[in-house]
Amino acid sequence: MKTNNATNANRVGSFFFQYAIYFVLVFLVLGITAIDPSFWSINSLHDILLQSSTRAIIALGAAFVLITGGVDLSAGRMVGFAAVLSASMLQIQEYSHRFYPGLPDLPLWVPVLIAIFVGLLVGLINGVIVSRFSVPPFIATLGSMVAVLGLNSLYFDMKPNQSQPIGGLRPDFTSTLGSGYIGSGVYSIPYIVIIALLVAGLVWVIFNKTILGKSMYAIGGNIQAAIVSGINVKRVLLYVYAAAGALYGLAGVMEAARTGGATSSYGNMYELDAIAACVVGGVSTAGGIGTVPGVLVGVLIFGVINYGLTYIGVSPYWQLIIKGLIIIVAVAFDIRKYLTKK
Amino acid sequence: MPENKFILEMNNVSKDFPGVKALDDVTLQVRPGTVHSLMGENGAGKSTLMKCLFGIYSPDAGEILLNGQKIEINSSRDALDQGISMIHQELHPVPRRNVMENLWLGRFPVKSVGPIKLIDDKRMYQDSIALFEDLGMDLDPHVLVGSLSVSKIQSIEIAKAVSYQAKVIVMDEPTSSLTGTEVDQLFKIIQSLKSRGVSIIYISHKIEEILAISDEVTIMRDGKRIGSWLASELTTDSIISKMVGRDLTQRFPEHHNIPGETVLRVEGLTSPFSKAFKDVSFDLRQGEILGIGGLVGAQRTELIEALFGLRTVSSGKIFIKGKQVKIKSPMDAKKHKIALLTEERRATGIFPVLPIVENTVMANMIRYASPYFLLKQLPMKQDVQQKIARLHIKTPSSETQIKNLSGGNQQKVLIARWLLTEPEILMLDEPTRGIDVGAKFEIYSIIADLVQQGKSIIMISSEMPELIGMSDRIMVMCEGRLSGILEGKNRTEEDIMHLATKFMV
Ligand SMILES: Nc1ncnc2c1ncn2[C@@H]1O[C@H](COP(=O)(O)OP(=O)(O)OP(=O)(O)O)[C@@H](O)[C@H]1O
Ligand SMILES: [Mg+2]
Repeated sequence: MKTNNATNANRVGSFFFQYAIYFVLVFLVLGITAIDPSFWSINSLHDILLQSSTRAIIALGAAFVLITGGVDLSAGRMVGFAAVLSASMLQIQEYSHRFYPGLPDLPLWVPVLIAIFVGLLVGLINGVIVSRFSVPPFIATLGSMVAVLGLNSLYFDMKPNQSQPIGGLRPDFTSTLGSGYIGSGVYSIPYIVIIALLVAGLVWVIFNKTILGKSMYAIGGNIQAAIVSGINVKRVLLYVYAAAGALYGLAGVMEAARTGGATSSYGNMYELDAIAACVVGGVSTAGGIGTVPGVLVGVLIFGVINYGLTYIGVSPYWQLIIKGLIIIVAVAFDIRKYLTKK
Repeated sequence: MPENKFILEMNNVSKDFPGVKALDDVTLQVRPGTVHSLMGENGAGKSTLMKCLFGIYSPDAGEILLNGQKIEINSSRDALDQGISMIHQELHPVPRRNVMENLWLGRFPVKSVGPIKLIDDKRMYQDSIALFEDLGMDLDPHVLVGSLSVSKIQSIEIAKAVSYQAKVIVMDEPTSSLTGTEVDQLFKIIQSLKSRGVSIIYISHKIEEILAISDEVTIMRDGKRIGSWLASELTTDSIISKMVGRDLTQRFPEHHNIPGETVLRVEGLTSPFSKAFKDVSFDLRQGEILGIGGLVGAQRTELIEALFGLRTVSSGKIFIKGKQVKIKSPMDAKKHKIALLTEERRATGIFPVLPIVENTVMANMIRYASPYFLLKQLPMKQDVQQKIARLHIKTPSSETQIKNLSGGNQQKVLIARWLLTEPEILMLDEPTRGIDVGAKFEIYSIIADLVQQGKSIIMISSEMPELIGMSDRIMVMCEGRLSGILEGKNRTEEDIMHLATKFMV
């Protein structure tokens, strides 16, 4: 049998497992820097954070659902719809192919809120289908994913736009929710990074300090026990899917602003990226487990891979293979935390 | 080869978990062909010791000898190969498969058809029948396991152990969900195992059982071995004092309940399902403990789950303080200040991966709600700490995941959860299942206290002494119907049994 030395080795091992994903992030950054030291710069950090901000908001939305033991496949298509919706109402007057030719300049917040609201609405519908009609989340959101793509394509194909990419977005829009930043030079922070951090903070509070949050973990942890405890499971699920939808809506708006345009194919497969970031960040697909810092680290890992590997010239095909491996390896390690074998 | 005095020896085994020394230099020596019982309070380390034996945990120190030979056990597979089997505290059958597939899972007999290997159903059936006959078990290999009672599923597990040529079979609280006759059945099987030279390590909190079945008893406390004795040298009182470390003069606290007016009135409650409860009417008075007795299958659980809004009823009325109410969900029940501690701790009680704090406050978060939706953390933590202290819940901290607590301590957390809701009517379904004698007394005291404060209790129990010792009135059910209500002090187990079988043919 094992001696006390072995116990100490176990402790070190279990410490490693506990923080495995943080190590992965550090190793990635160090590895890439070793190959090309110029990667280690404020510029890289800026770019990674910029790209990761929308992803983080989508992943946080996905985390809401995953923690209750569900899954939300509609995320990516919601992002696309919200991007098209907001962009269609925020073009400059001089643009030749306006989506709404006669539309006066709306206050910025109106289209933004409309897009978020539509996200919330679709989320609510998901929630109703899951909670009232007991359709498994995978199926319910698969359905809404397909339907939302249809809706978005219809909208995008309306006259006079007829599926032209939406461009010519107003500078106040692309700056406030896209490329703008406060401060200058090294000491600048992009607005969308601030937005992502605020959202993360809010979500952290919801997960940890509210009845809704605790109920979510309970439902994911043991739904029967949650029902017996008198938790209003249906209502909680409704809120959860709605909150997720609203976050996808916000992310879609930011995606349009960041890239300065939108098409109906925006957001394709983002739901899988979001789920991958969540599981790499330690969210259990079985429900009941997951933290906001974990999700953020998961998103950052993919941000570093996307940006860093391109930076050192790894081909996109290899990048996909590496991403796939990271998902599997990270989760395989993370799972060890929960195995009963001690 | 010379016969060894001991078939199994676990010498100086230690095991640490973060914050707990679960086993501290424990030694257990089992003679061949005997029943060796393991006793101790909740969290004493009994299950942990057995999990070390069965390769689920690896001990930090110590050695295991089988037949005098030192052996390494790194997985359950190893243990099975060495002839050590375990019937777990919680059984995990594959419900959608039949008896024989569960029995031979992982080692199906095969026949070759040319180059292809197919499962040999016929041989599997015959082997199963032979095994069951040999052990005197009455089981049909073709029946779906999901439709069987706990006791039958346990029989399958025991048959499985025997088919592995087990020399040592560990049974962790095997009788906690069995009825009296089923326990007798189990004891017969144990006798026949003994006569084949198989040794049993038997864990239970039921002292009467231990004294009836064991040859030797090892008692543990706080992860340490207190000692081992021949069962014939022990008495109920001596076991209790060794386990608890002090004398426990009474099994039940003194209580003089003065029931007041009727708080709950049930009239003709009937389930839409023909096999469930029918036409049940009764009253519950303020400051009263109403026991519900009956055999497993008497629909007692179904009845109180219906009162809690977990099951539908087709007809009947419920009145609370004289006003008719509709209870369609646990949320409604909570509004009427009703609480229910369910029977199945794992399935409907605990949130395994959540900390104790969450597990304790989950039914009552509204109490800690502040404006702006935020939960008040401090009062929450304080209340939980206070419950941990009051119920003597053994845990390293209130942030420990509940799945890491011993079975009995999990039960106490669930009791704490419902106490926090400050119910007027507390319904308890087998409240002391898997709970040690000391803790039982604590739970009885808590119940007695609540009743003193004018709360009302409904308590389902399959333990006759508990029903008789605690209840003001005992309502007995048989096959979904009320077969009688026993009042007064001179109730006997025979009275209850008589009513519990009243409608049986
Ligand atoms: N996986 C684990 N992680 C951390 N602590 C654990 C774990 N398993 C058991 N413990 C702790 O070890 C101690 C012994 O638990 P064990 O389950 O062996 O008790 P037990 O004697 O079987 O009690 P019961 O009669 O309630 O079943 C308890 O304090 C428990 O909290
Ligand atoms: Mg145990």
